[in-house]
Amino acid sequence: MATAVQTVERENYLNSNYGIKSWLLTTDHKRIAMLYLVSITAMFWIGGFFAMMIRLNLLTPSGELVTADTYNKLFSMHGIIMVFFFLIPSVPAVIGNFVIPLMVGAKDLAFPRVNLLSWYVYMLGACVELTAMVTGGVDTGWTFYTPFSTTYSNTHVIGAALGIFIAGFSSILTGLNFIVTIHRMRAPGMTWRRLPLFCWSNYAAALIMVLGTPVIAITLLLVAVERGLGIGIFNPQLGGDPLLFQHLFWFYSHPAVYIMILPGMGVISEIVTCFSRKRVFGYEFVALASIAIAVLGFLVWAHHMFVAGISVYAALVFSMLSYLVAIPSAVKVFNWTATMYKGSIRYDTPMLYAFGFIGLFTMGGLTGIFLATLGIDVHVHDTYFVVAHFHYVMVGGMVMAYMAGLHFWWPKITGRMYPEGWAKLSALLVFVGFNTTFFPQFVLGYMGMPRRYHAYPPEFQVLNVLSTAGASILAVGYVLPMIYFLWSLRYGEPAPPNPWNAVGLEWMTPSPPPTHNFDETPVVTWEAYDYEHQPQEEVTVGH
Amino acid sequence: MATSDIQIAEHALQHHFADMEQQRETASFGMWAFLLTEVMFFGGMFCAYLVYRAAYYQAFVQGSQRMDLLAGAVNTAVLICSSLTMALAVRAAKMGKSKTVVTFLLITILFAFAFLVIKGFEYHGHWVDHQFPGPNFHFEPLKGPAVDPLHTEIFFSLYWVMTGLHALHVIVGIMLITWLVTVILRGRVSAHYYNPVDTVGLYWHFVDLVWIYLFPLFYLISKQHGS
Amino acid sequence: MAAPAHTGHIGSLKLYLGIWGLLLLLTFTTVMVAFVDLGPFNIVVALVIATIKGSLVALFFMHLRESSKMTMIVAVASLFWLFILLSLTMTDYVSRAWSTRLH
Repeated sequence: MATAVQTVERENYLNSNYGIKSWLLTTDHKRIAMLYLVSITAMFWIGGFFAMMIRLNLLTPSGELVTADTYNKLFSMHGIIMVFFFLIPSVPAVIGNFVIPLMVGAKDLAFPRVNLLSWYVYMLGACVELTAMVTGGVDTGWTFYTPFSTTYSNTHVIGAALGIFIAGFSSILTGLNFIVTIHRMRAPGMTWRRLPLFCWSNYAAALIMVLGTPVIAITLLLVAVERGLGIGIFNPQLGGDPLLFQHLFWFYSHPAVYIMILPGMGVISEIVTCFSRKRVFGYEFVALASIAIAVLGFLVWAHHMFVAGISVYAALVFSMLSYLVAIPSAVKVFNWTATMYKGSIRYDTPMLYAFGFIGLFTMGGLTGIFLATLGIDVHVHDTYFVVAHFHYVMVGGMVMAYMAGLHFWWPKITGRMYPEGWAKLSALLVFVGFNTTFFPQFVLGYMGMPRRYHAYPPEFQVLNVLSTAGASILAVGYVLPMIYFLWSLRYGEPAPPNPWNAVGLEWMTPSPPPTHNFDETPVVTWEAYDYEHQPQEEVTVGH
Repeated sequence: MATSDIQIAEHALQHHFADMEQQRETASFGMWAFLLTEVMFFGGMFCAYLVYRAAYYQAFVQGSQRMDLLAGAVNTAVLICSSLTMALAVRAAKMGKSKTVVTFLLITILFAFAFLVIKGFEYHGHWVDHQFPGPNFHFEPLKGPAVDPLHTEIFFSLYWVMTGLHALHVIVGIMLITWLVTVILRGRVSAHYYNPVDTVGLYWHFVDLVWIYLFPLFYLISKQHGS
Repeated sequence: MAAPAHTGHIGSLKLYLGIWGLLLLLTFTTVMVAFVDLGPFNIVVALVIATIKGSLVALFFMHLRESSKMTMIVAVASLFWLFILLSLTMTDYVSRAWSTRLH
């Protein structure tokens, strides 16, 4: 039996060097992933705090917990933190950074120093953003619509925009690194068709990062210039068009949601195939669907502007294109399901989260189709229907995928197993809490409750209370992993190289891996997800 | 000397690359991918320009007629010359002629400064003529019908921000080339390892490229229209 | 580790000077054309000349001609994505007046 403190004798990336300088000046992609893990977890809890304040305020119709102005700041800051400082970097910067070089058989990413720089840039952006928040916050919504943000708001718009501008560069650097790594650093024999789908998904997300982020960077810069210098290209009083801001903003911010979800889909692909012990059904389709989502995702942005004043002809075009972008996502859902069909399913925690993802992402995605339908959108735009839609895909989808990935690769990252019982309980709490929080919001939105209002008509109270109750359950579901993951670092069972019997280069290294990943560059001769030919004797967990 | 050329390359080889060829291709690909992000960064502004030029054409014509065409044309030529010297610097680096590389790089810096000086004079002129957007903005057309001054103000907003952002990139370019000169003087570059020269060169040519488009869009809208 | 011979052929001095001369000539041309009233074609000619100049810089000074296919794809993709931004945004602005004309 393993004792509580069983240290791994051989050299790995964690024990190769001690001291704070060895972490803050590291160029090892695995250590940088851990730096990101700490930062992103902190930002998640800050964003979650704002969410808690929102839900508490909405317990009563008069919403008197905070003033209306403070409420505006709460949802703005919740959105900014969760979108820019949690969701966008989460899977790529934490899991992708760690696992992608291992998956392609490389010793590191293409540009290790740029990788470290991306973390420092992220931290700088986070510090600027948090400073703007503690010194008064911003109340424009994470969407910064003009001319309110440029002219009329009395809050720290420039500071908040600057924080996001800086964090955007972190995203661009990560994207550049991933694209170049996947093109140039693959081991011999690792052809594009043998690449794990996690790599395909992160590659597609990286394409979006690189193509889209610069546009929001320039847009926020223009907002700051307009606000600071009065140079107005978005202010109608100065001859400008506020819709131009929205076009430029959403040109990035819509593809941004695919930056958020694609890496999560990559995680699900890895988990579904492993825990069904079957090759992914339609590998090429899933790989190409990732690219299709990335490309089509750039063609649909004005569906956020249907009622803003764009021409109805443009609205028709964007509505049709928005239907199109659902197709590759649906292809992935069908393929995951087909992978599971006649597979040998194991219900470990990562797979539970994957089930949750598939169901909840599908619901969120389908409600997206409703929103893409002009006639429906006229009624539910700016209501809780939209809020529920994007929380289903982002929280029910993406955050579940992030949790799934953390649990799946935790043994590889730390060399320890997490406690399975507690993990399953947490997954259940997350699922129940999530649905209790957000399903009522579909109903509320359909019944007409507007979003971003601190108060509401009394007939909506029951559903709001239910939603807040769900949020508290959800919070517990997120707190528990914090505790048991930390616990596992010291007391968790030592993990073998391949606790899940998965196929993939990362599972051929020790847990945790040595600093240089591979003693010799691997030569890949097998197809992706070759579960049929996997050797029988593999070390399994705990037996 | 050939041996130390190779030693320089070996010293520069990073541990995660199989060979210098992979490192060189990776560095070049990485810089091109970065330039793609720069295209989209400026692209947002080109989009704004397109929208407003389509809507306020006459105002744009009149604003353009107040641009200092000679300064703009000379600056275009200056940047083209700087691109030549940069390309020749890269060429010399491939041939291992470090002294020549440094010479060409220093001339490139001189051209870059010349660009900034001319731009500075232009900006000063616009400022003195109240052509900076804001409460002090004031515009009289040289010829043609009166247009809404707000529309001309938008033209100048775009002018100041787009050329200003470009000038910032020129300044960054000067810093990068200066750094490059120090790297070469320290003997870190050879015919077998000239990645830094290559990548900085790519960046500098991109700066030239952006101006190649900014020039006609702001200075050459029309000398004939609006009369 | 073996240091390989450098890749990429070295362009002749004449080539670089030739491209430089061509760029200056095109600059002169585009300035002169601006004084001729071509109506809506002024902008077209100006952009075509600018694109020729840009292509010369990219192909010869930036060695795009000798670069890998992927690099070429990256360069083209940047223009294509810019085109998406510009054209789809303009579908809104161009068609806004259409519905008012129906009345």
